[in-house]
Amino acid sequence: MSGALPIEVTSPTPLLELRGISKEFPGVKALDDVSFAVYPGEVHMLLGENGAGKSTLMKVLCGAYSADAGEFYHEGKRVAISSTADAQKLGIAVIFQEFSLVPYLDITQNIFLGREPRGRIPGTIDRRKILADAKRVLGTIGFDIDHSTIVDKLGVAQQQMVEIAKAISQNARILVMDEPTAALSDRETELLFELIARLKADGVSIVYISHRMAEVFALGDRITVLRDGRRIDGVRPADVTPDQLVRMMVGRNIDMTYPRHFADKPGELLLEVKGLSSSTGISDINIEVRRGEIVGLCGLVGSGRSEVARAIFGADPVTSGEIIFDGKTISGEPDLAARRGIALIPESRKSEGLALLRSVSDNLVVSALRKLFPSGLFDQRAAQRTSDGLIRQLRIATPSVRQTVGLLSGGNQQKVVIGKWLAAGSKLFIFDEPTRGIDIGAKSEIFALIDRLVAEGAAALMISSEQIEICHVCDRAYVMREGRIAGHLTRHELTEENIVRLGMHHA
Amino acid sequence: MTDITKDAIAPPRSFLSQDAIQVFYRLLAAFLICAALAVLSDSFLSLGNILNVLRQASLTFFIASGLTLVVLTAGLDLSVGANVALSACIAGTVIHKTGSPALGILTGLACGGIVGLLNGIMVTALRIPSFIATYGMLWVLNGLAYWYMAGETLHGFPAGFRQIGSGYLFGLPIPVYLLLVFLGIGTFFAQRTIWGQEIYAIGANPVAARLSGIPVARRLLLVYAVSGTMAGLASIIFLSRLNSAEADIGESLTLPAIAAVLIGGTSLFGGVGTVFGTFIGALILTLVLNGMNLLSVSANWQPLVTGVIVILAVWLDMKTRRRAQ
Repeated sequence: MSGALPIEVTSPTPLLELRGISKEFPGVKALDDVSFAVYPGEVHMLLGENGAGKSTLMKVLCGAYSADAGEFYHEGKRVAISSTADAQKLGIAVIFQEFSLVPYLDITQNIFLGREPRGRIPGTIDRRKILADAKRVLGTIGFDIDHSTIVDKLGVAQQQMVEIAKAISQNARILVMDEPTAALSDRETELLFELIARLKADGVSIVYISHRMAEVFALGDRITVLRDGRRIDGVRPADVTPDQLVRMMVGRNIDMTYPRHFADKPGELLLEVKGLSSSTGISDINIEVRRGEIVGLCGLVGSGRSEVARAIFGADPVTSGEIIFDGKTISGEPDLAARRGIALIPESRKSEGLALLRSVSDNLVVSALRKLFPSGLFDQRAAQRTSDGLIRQLRIATPSVRQTVGLLSGGNQQKVVIGKWLAAGSKLFIFDEPTRGIDIGAKSEIFALIDRLVAEGAAALMISSEQIEICHVCDRAYVMREGRIAGHLTRHELTEENIVRLGMHHA
Repeated sequence: MTDITKDAIAPPRSFLSQDAIQVFYRLLAAFLICAALAVLSDSFLSLGNILNVLRQASLTFFIASGLTLVVLTAGLDLSVGANVALSACIAGTVIHKTGSPALGILTGLACGGIVGLLNGIMVTALRIPSFIATYGMLWVLNGLAYWYMAGETLHGFPAGFRQIGSGYLFGLPIPVYLLLVFLGIGTFFAQRTIWGQEIYAIGANPVAARLSGIPVARRLLLVYAVSGTMAGLASIIFLSRLNSAEADIGESLTLPAIAAVLIGGTSLFGGVGTVFGTFIGALILTLVLNGMNLLSVSANWQPLVTGVIVILAVWLDMKTRRRAQ
């Protein structure tokens, strides 16, 4: 692939052009020869699944990451973006989903933080100038608010406006926005779109990352689709249908053949979740899991998948609804869920799954202490014998049961987290991104293990951003969108396209 | 299945556990201090002096042993000294009023335990950081003790009761027997019960511990209650040994107890340390102070030396402990 642009060019020189950008992290090629151009006054939509490389591209654009290979051109001239200062000089500003505002300072102070106009006496701020500037900037974007309001008192939409004001005050010509409407109401979204139109008219270019089909078509002048770190295509909204876009985003080409022995008929009902809502933003969740099943829980990152897992396990307080496990209602802390036979293999094994500085053995028996030592008396040797058995069964590569678990590789650490629930004799295993950061070999071992567990009468609820994994190993799947179950896919309906379609925002 | 041998694994480390290595170095340090003092001072090796060191160390140890459990969970109990004072005053009053040492002892232990439980409730139910909760409790207990005693001093207790702190059995001070008993109980509890294992797990990673099904709040309550009860026990020994009680006897107890825990190798970050280490920590602390007395070094230097030892011990721990990330 070269830097050639496949679509015709409206304005002779792009405001900013990236050619052949590559960025590699240990074990992952996050960006692979990506070319990308932004023209003055356009809204350029950036589309792709979780992990397609959008965030990396955004960070390369704003100088947070420096590219391993590739060139940058600003108005036709070759430039370097190797730091955030470089990007700022070129007029690039990023509005991340997590705002970088200081909550206890007012709007004016936030807009000009670190760039306050100096007063006549050294070390002072020119109050009159900073207030005038603030009013001018807020006027430019049509944000009608008292500029001395403390940012902490503002809503999400208003904080976003402050971020935009901050960018405009730095003479930003290219505004990169990461899912800016994710936390906005319909009315606030409308206001944002009006602002975007106004910025466009002023010649500001917008790079807009979105998961909502409706806004891709409503706002976009052009669309670039990324997949697996590669640029798949650049199109105009008028030339494609949403279905075509979905097809461009999916269809990842990874050779993965997972062993999976599907049961002839589903087993008895093990978990029944009825109308579950929690304080973390999920609502009206209805899920059923039967013995012998692997049930997928998909959706975009942030759609509430982990929150559902945590609520079922008792890790987050449930506000309404019912969880029936093995015929009995459960509500309470994780220790109750664990005792009843539910296991959670959390997304972040290092911070939530393991005591890194303790030994492999200590970690393997921690959830099974009551089961292994009903008298309450702990026996180190017996614990190590149990651990030895698990190490052999799971083929955990460790020199000894005494090895500090933090020194194992990611795949082996994950096996330890699973192993502790095997020791506990759990019946339902909730996996949250079980294969994140694990090499292919360990991945298929873990899937083989899950397959064996459910074949022996256990059940699994599996969250994964890798749709292809869900399609290969799951009996069926629920797809989440914005904290709710958006749909259910049977084994026959379970395709990447269907998952993406349900998980994205239409309307 | 693919080759797991390709999976990166670190070379095996020593077959001795980290705890064993730490305890070994500390015993070595204590031995070297003894050897140096034996050479420098004629009277160090006298039976009277050694028994004195042990008795001193035992008083610090009683407070520090319960505190060790708290520190293992990555918490801190700053109220132990004030707890000793209040418990001693209340227990002393009960003995004076009823004439029953047994009732006094029970009251002292109960008072200490209740204070500890209150600390635990603040830390778990109210989610106040332990440092702040127990710091506040320190002032509350001081206030209660001053109000209760109103400047009075209790003294003169039954001879039988005074045996606990100052009596001898087969040539050894009774507190030394108590020290051995509680060293045994503490070590057994931490190493050989599933509650002990859970306490280590909580200290090593409280989030993972909760998500592994450990009832974290209940264990923390237990740990703070034990720390308080041990302060209650220490109050009885103090009362019996000093034969008097005042509102301010606790003020010089908390910081040495924390020093013993830290010198003993328990990490303030939690999850690492042993009760036996704390015992050696208390011993080292007492030996150094004893040595300074024997060598006629002004007592004004003692705080400085204690501080330097704490910093040295923690720094050496951090150097030798390769923390897995």
